Amino acid sequence: MSTLKMMVVLLVVLATPVWAVLPDEMLSNPVLEARARDISQGLRCLVCRNESIDDSEAGLARDLRLLLRERLVDGDSDAQAVAFIVQRYGEYVLLKPSMNGINLLLWASGPIMFILALSGGIVFIRRRKNTPEPELNPVEQARLTEILSE
Amino acid sequence: MTAELGHFSLILAFMVAIAQMIIPMVGAHKGWHSWMEMAVPAAVAQFLLTTLSFGALIYAFATSDFSLELVANNSHSAKVMLYKIAATWGNHEGSLLMWVMILTLFGAIAAIWGRNLPPSLKARVLSVQSAIAVAFFAFLLFTSNPFLRLVVPPFDGQGLNPLLQDMGLALHPPFLYLGYVGLSMSFSFAVAALIEGRVDAAWARWVRPWTLTAWMFLTIGIGFGSWWAYYELGWGGWWFWDPVENASFMPWLVATALLHSAIVVEKRESLKSWTILLAILAFSFSLIGTFIVRSGVITSVHAFANDPRRGVFILIILAVTIGGSLTLYAARSSSLSSKGVFSMLSRESGLVLNNVLLVVAAFVVFVGTVWPLVAEVLFGRKLSVGAPFFNTAFTPFMLALAVILPIGAILPWKRAQLRKSMRSLWGVFALSIALGALVLMLQTGTRMLAPIGLTLAAWLVLGALMDMAARVRMGKVPILDSLRRLRNLPRADFGKMVAHIGFGLVIFGISAITAWQAEDIRVAKKGDSFVMEGPISSYKIRFDGARSITGPNYTATQGKFTVFSNGRVVTTLYPEKRFYPVSGTPTTEAAIQSNLVRDIYVVIGDPQDGGGFAIRSYIKPFTAWLWLGGLAMAFGALLSLTDRRYRVAAGARKKKRGQKTQAVPAE
Repeated sequence: MSTLKMMVVLLVVLATPVWAVLPDEMLSNPVLEARARDISQGLRCLVCRNESIDDSEAGLARDLRLLLRERLVDGDSDAQAVAFIVQRYGEYVLLKPSMNGINLLLWASGPIMFILALSGGIVFIRRRKNTPEPELNPVEQARLTEILSE
Repeated sequence: MTAELGHFSLILAFMVAIAQMIIPMVGAHKGWHSWMEMAVPAAVAQFLLTTLSFGALIYAFATSDFSLELVANNSHSAKVMLYKIAATWGNHEGSLLMWVMILTLFGAIAAIWGRNLPPSLKARVLSVQSAIAVAFFAFLLFTSNPFLRLVVPPFDGQGLNPLLQDMGLALHPPFLYLGYVGLSMSFSFAVAALIEGRVDAAWARWVRPWTLTAWMFLTIGIGFGSWWAYYELGWGGWWFWDPVENASFMPWLVATALLHSAIVVEKRESLKSWTILLAILAFSFSLIGTFIVRSGVITSVHAFANDPRRGVFILIILAVTIGGSLTLYAARSSSLSSKGVFSMLSRESGLVLNNVLLVVAAFVVFVGTVWPLVAEVLFGRKLSVGAPFFNTAFTPFMLALAVILPIGAILPWKRAQLRKSMRSLWGVFALSIALGALVLMLQTGTRMLAPIGLTLAAWLVLGALMDMAARVRMGKVPILDSLRRLRNLPRADFGKMVAHIGFGLVIFGISAITAWQAEDIRVAKKGDSFVMEGPISSYKIRFDGARSITGPNYTATQGKFTVFSNGRVVTTLYPEKRFYPVSGTPTTEAAIQSNLVRDIYVVIGDPQDGGGFAIRSYIKPFTAWLWLGGLAMAFGALLSLTDRRYRVAAGARKKKRGQKTQAVPAE
């Protein structure tokens, strides 16, 4: 991508988050609409930087919002509607990465690291606990006596 | 001419930095005093030269000197003076120059104030600090020179993104940089200590003010950024887990851990090598934050290709700084023996757990941030990691931290008895749980977010107050005695209380907004009104029509909204949708009326085909507490900074008695 193109994209992206869900898109059935809002918060606006289609005003985000609502009106479950969109746009569209394949490592990284760090901490503290209290050297001992007698 | 002056003094500063990197280090190694002392005037000279250079750049922006390429690309004559000046650091080159100026400022302060540092440590610290500056000067001069001239200056500049013409964003980078760069001081102290082979309580006492300062500025900087997003981006989001935000959040988390572990080094001479590692990590994350965000590599792998020279330079700097310091750490850290002995249940253990949680949380943010890059390069999967991942994977560690914090804070050093320490906390514990249960009963639905959030917030705030009450033996001794004790407590204790209360308030704000926000999206015509539920009363919002207005460098549609509560006018709001002709971009200016109970947040959109305007309104409960909590945390750091023990020359009394500190050098 040329620098100019990059800049244009950046400008558009930075300036866009002005208006997201429009009144004319919203479904009259509040339950369906609530589901649509919920799902669209987890779907990425493909031309934006780290924005969900719920937050973005880009044209493509609007198309996706409408598509999603169409699927829901047609009776899709949440999972089916999401699967439909992922099938067309790839897993890039998911803001919450799926838990499969190598992504398991991503999801497990926190808990694994926590167990490691916690064990490290416990081992360290145990070792501390079993270390004998350091003795004062004669100079320090003299100083201590001096302080105590003040 | 001023631009050339700025350019020239930048080159001079580079030269001075090279000298200051080498001479004091050699001097410290050989024990040559005059070589070591050279660091002080050099640090001051470096600062003055860099400031002159930065001043020249500001002058160029203020006078709209479009013969400078940087000014032509990033400014415009139609901008108001404040944003012309802010444009100086609103771009890659200028912000880096500001970065290195702050770096030299801190170096100069350390040189002037560091009279009581041992000469060799001081020389090494300033030398390491200068080495960082050398890398930045070279990066600036060879790949990102802000002073390049254009052969044919344009008639006017290319403007600045209108979103960036804003107070919040004018102030956000300087504070963030003060934070990032402040951590460079802790880093320099850590590396110098590794070279010296000794870390003791005095070292921790010298490092702590720098860490506190950095952390305070970082907190304020992140707060500004979040606040800016809240009022500027038009739907009241305040945190997006964007890579750029994460880049400032990771050093903050690690610096928070460092702040706490350094206390253990200072008071108990334990956790030494861990603290050194944290100091290295905190600054490494700052560097990654500065560079990787600027180079755009995290947003897109392809951004590197735009300017490979910059990319390669960045990689070299990162590799040398992080790799070099970690290698040094691996080689030398075993020589740092910890002394303090403590049992499983003690303040020390509590702080170890604090560190575990904070560092793991930072790790999760790091993995989530780089995962799209890793997955694409290594596994060919193009995927996103967004807010839902971080909310799920990061939050549990913060909740755990909030649960243990008041207990850890009240435990005594060395060894504690849980029963004894908990005695003063049971009441607070019960009260917090009761509050959560009350919220659960009052709210509709069974979402646990608000009850848990409120329980934790109350637990933190009341726990911090109870800790203080226990310190002054409130209720156990006569009240005047307690007050006298309160007055004699060190400032740092107040800092701790205020910062921990701030953490509780932030949790309260976050839970309240997330759980109770009311949203309304509709098309409204003039005279239409609608009702929204707030946390205490409901509000009627009436749309009184829109008109066109003209600002200094934009045109706008301005709506008028009158807000009623119980039939009385609460406020009148004027949200705008602006259009900046220079850049051809629209922005929204949300109208927000804020108090301690709720924010009323109204945004006006485009006119609709059938008449009327698209309107978005929110009632956001207790939002102000989020910012107040952030401010309280920063204020806590400020209080700790004014603690007496940092004002009294550290180690001065010991020296008077002709004794050496007990730590044994490695060599």
